[in-house]
Amino acid sequence: MKLQEKPVTVNNAAAVPPRLEVTALSKTYGSGPSAKCVIEDLTFTIGTGEVVCIVGPSGVGKTTLLKCLAGLQPATSGTAAIDGRTIAGPPAEMALVFQDYSRSLMPWLTVRKNVRLPLRHLRLPEAELNQRINTALEAVGLAHAANQYPWQLSGGMQQRVAIARALAYRPEILIMDEPFASVDAQTRFELEDLCLKIREDFGMTILVVTHDIDEAVYLSDRVVVLGAKPARVLDVVDIDLPAPRDQISTRALPEFAEQRTMVLSMIRKPA
Amino acid sequence: MNRKLTNWALGVGTPFLLVAAWWMFSENSTNTFFPPLGMILERFQALWLFEHFESDVMLSLRNLVVGYALATVIGVGLGFVTALMPVARWALDPLIHFLRGIPPVALVPIFISLIGFGIEMRLVSITLAAMFPTLIATVDGIRSVDSTLKDVSSVYRLTRAEKLAQVYLPAAGPQIASGMQVSLQVAFVVMIASEMLGSSQGIGAMTLLAQQSFMTSDMWAGILLLGVIGFGANLVFEVIKNKVLAWYVGSKRLARS
Ligand SMILES: Nc1ncnc2c1ncn2[C@@H]1O[C@H](COP(=O)(O)OP(=O)(O)OP(=O)(O)O)[C@@H](O)[C@H]1O
Ligand SMILES: [Mg+2]
Repeated sequence: MKLQEKPVTVNNAAAVPPRLEVTALSKTYGSGPSAKCVIEDLTFTIGTGEVVCIVGPSGVGKTTLLKCLAGLQPATSGTAAIDGRTIAGPPAEMALVFQDYSRSLMPWLTVRKNVRLPLRHLRLPEAELNQRINTALEAVGLAHAANQYPWQLSGGMQQRVAIARALAYRPEILIMDEPFASVDAQTRFELEDLCLKIREDFGMTILVVTHDIDEAVYLSDRVVVLGAKPARVLDVVDIDLPAPRDQISTRALPEFAEQRTMVLSMIRKPA
Repeated sequence: MNRKLTNWALGVGTPFLLVAAWWMFSENSTNTFFPPLGMILERFQALWLFEHFESDVMLSLRNLVVGYALATVIGVGLGFVTALMPVARWALDPLIHFLRGIPPVALVPIFISLIGFGIEMRLVSITLAAMFPTLIATVDGIRSVDSTLKDVSSVYRLTRAEKLAQVYLPAAGPQIASGMQVSLQVAFVVMIASEMLGSSQGIGAMTLLAQQSFMTSDMWAGILLLGVIGFGANLVFEVIKNKVLAWYVGSKRLARS
């Protein structure tokens, strides 16, 4: 039945088979009187090859949600599933770029070896291994820093190392937690386009948490707006913008401004 | 640059001046307890460099090296087990903290009564006493590995061996090294103490024997040798540590500047 699947068509959520399904997910930290309910009853899906952004105020529980999706923390109730299989531990087809990029790199390894570490147990032929590492480092513009240590790099560069590590791993599902937060505007545009390119090239399914509404609209097929405490899905906004997207012309479209306003009003709306 | 030079000069000059002063003030000394430094050095050469080099100096050093190596391997190994296995943690934690409270030298009499005065006793004493600082530092080091690094290892599905060797060991490395440095000092102290208690061989035994037979120059020569060995061992340790943990030294230096 897999064989009959049609090639992915972007911008048509209904036709896309769900890859990642979050159903009535809730997460409570701790127990007893100190229990803190962070997420309550989240439901949404992400189709194969889709790019979905999650936006929401700081502290709403976005990182918590991603940790549940990555199998790092068990959900208190409800499920998250990939292709119908409930996620119980870190899934093989997934990579996660952590929000805390400076703490997520091994300070004792050079940039190159950091990118290499997750690939060791994949037992790739040496040539492919090197090719993957080089391509990933070039893609984030860090080929020149391959032999430096993470602590010798700026915050934005460290963040790009973490992204390169995920890219070289070639996951089917890529999850990123505020991945472009501390890079300059120019690099940010480049990384956004890189994100769209790898979706085209590898058919990756991509989930990005961001604070930047313009970025969310530019990248996404859909934007999931989280809000309230504990976190709920306030709305899922379908983004209808023509592909391929372009930093200058797409952002200049009247539809872009419309969709942006829609997402913004969802966030500003009192819960 | 100039400041660095001054510091260097101070570091080398001060001991040099002290030795010179010692030499001058002791030159005509008739006090039997403080013989002239020249005489001490003469005895130093005669005793340690030739006569007793093989039988005592090498023997002591071998005990030190073997005992310390064993202590490091066992300490790090047990530390991993204690930190990573919940059962072992509950079972061993209180015991370790009780045993660490006993001064290392106080262990020696126990081993004498258990295994006698031989070389085994000295090795076991050194190993056991020197093991604790490394063990405790390893446990602390592994428990304080950053949770984000653990999450990264899980997300990228590193194998168990990879997690241990590529993540936990290097992450705990700086703390393990501090523990190993304390262990080295402990090993050294226990080496001497175990020789002084009832042994007839080794630098410690020779030094104590010299004192008991009023050969003060020989005694001072022994103390001098122990000082040199202790200093040398620490120096070697520092050099290796700075090489292995170059990433740590570098990142700390960068963080300070
Ligand atoms: N391990 C934990 N134990 C208890 N509470 C936690 C834990 N992790 C997070 N929280 C709490 O859960 C809430 C949501 O945190 P989370 O990090 O998921 O927010 P976020 O949406 O990612 O915020 P930001 O946009 O600032 O990154 C916060 O109030 C936080 O204090
Ligand atoms: Mg977060």
